[in-house]
Amino acid sequence: MPRTVPAAIVGSAFTGFSRLVTGVRGNWVGCTPSPEPRVYFANHSSHGDFVLIWAVLPAALRRRTRPVAGADYWNRSATRRYLGRDVFDAVLIERDPEARTEDPVTQMARALDDGASLILFPEGTRNTGEERLQPFKTGLYHLSRARPAVELVPVWIENLNRVMPKGEFLPVPLLCTVTFGAPIRAGEDEDKDAFLARARAALLALSEPEARR
Amino acid sequence: MSPTLQALALFAVLAAVLVTASAVGHALARRSGGAPNPTVENLNARIKAWWVMIGVLALAFVFGKIGLVLLFAFASFAALREYLTLTDTRRGDHLALVAMFFVVLPVQYWLVGSEWYGLFAVFIPVYVFLLLPILVALRGDTTDFMARIAEMQWGLMICVYCLSHVPALATLAIPGFEGRGLMLIAFLVLVVQGSDVLQYIWGKLLGRTKVAPKLSPSKTWEGLIGGVATATLLGAALSAITPFGVGGAALLALVITVMGFLGGLVMSAIKRDRGVKDWGRMIEGHGGMLDRMDSVVFAAPVFFHAVRYFWTV
Repeated sequence: MPRTVPAAIVGSAFTGFSRLVTGVRGNWVGCTPSPEPRVYFANHSSHGDFVLIWAVLPAALRRRTRPVAGADYWNRSATRRYLGRDVFDAVLIERDPEARTEDPVTQMARALDDGASLILFPEGTRNTGEERLQPFKTGLYHLSRARPAVELVPVWIENLNRVMPKGEFLPVPLLCTVTFGAPIRAGEDEDKDAFLARARAALLALSEPEARR
Repeated sequence: MSPTLQALALFAVLAAVLVTASAVGHALARRSGGAPNPTVENLNARIKAWWVMIGVLALAFVFGKIGLVLLFAFASFAALREYLTLTDTRRGDHLALVAMFFVVLPVQYWLVGSEWYGLFAVFIPVYVFLLLPILVALRGDTTDFMARIAEMQWGLMICVYCLSHVPALATLAIPGFEGRGLMLIAFLVLVVQGSDVLQYIWGKLLGRTKVAPKLSPSKTWEGLIGGVATATLLGAALSAITPFGVGGAALLALVITVMGFLGGLVMSAIKRDRGVKDWGRMIEGHGGMLDRMDSVVFAAPVFFHAVRYFWTV
């Protein structure tokens, strides 16, 4: 939840602007909105990705849905610190293992225990290549093992990479959609690679045009 | 009758038609009882959307030429974003896309408003046609280059250039018709959209033989002939708000309804190719802006030039 009233207003300005530019529409094809703590895992191609997910979540859920983001990026300047901590209430994790003081999975599990839902980009960094989806990092698997009851919802964000490609400063107002698929969980004795392949396939399946209609 | 009185009378008649349509839709929904009937639900969604669309058009009329220029600039914007969302653009197109939305579109509508006909007619077909591929070429990405620039130019022609001919009708100088240019817009929009509705009704009542089964399963010869014939009569009935006379109005109505029908076929072919049913979801029951405007887009330039050639000095 945004920490102050001004931060809440700034947050609404971000979601409102993203709606205006992208006409974004949420497609709940595999599940319905739920107040239970969940992990939304999505493809990542733009800084606007989680704002767009925020924009299509019902307001009551938006307030307790926190993005997981790289501490190195969001701590780099005062503005970013304000946006990351106060406005987006991000769970900031250290991506460089050398610099870590706390395990990222522990941090995320604690946020879930506090009743928050998380937005996670398992590709780790923004995808700027030709491939639809980069390989997944292992955090999603470890998080699901740590909190096996929590639903992992695949979320495909379509077109935002075209609206605002990396390195451009003016957005093109193309229409975006955010599609929520059927939740998955790591099985009792499912190994890491099998689970990550399954999670990645579940997300890729949503990228097919047929799945989004 | 003064132009204002004429516009009031016109919208009063439209409101009466919509009240009747709403009453019929309500009665049909009541008759089908609790059982949900998709056809009736779609019909009622369409009627509701018509209330909104006629309301917006009336509001634009209150503000005169500037209101209509802004309304159709917005329609072009919505149509262009629906069109480009379905095309295969690449990162190297970004600057060209930005230019389409934020330079080309506003300039074209500014040219309509400023009544600079010479540049209005050639800006997109000549200057933008040359400028866009330059912007894309400078980015150096040659993959599918021809297809990309062709799709972009085609989108601008359809969504911006052709559509901008609708408000441009208000700028035509017709002797003895001063101050009534807006009525040409009302005539075009009512006849073409009326034809769509009438084709839909005739098709639902009598439709058997499909015109183009590969393009559109819902378009039938019975719907087409019935719709075009009744829309031609509608055009003749509207001759009082035009400078055309009864025969001229009927003939123009025939031409623009046929163009509108063929435009609908072309736009269906694109949707088929892209594997979508509708261009968007902006208007409930109708789909997107392009689903509603496809016939107007194809009719507007032909109507504009016919009127300009035969009725202006």
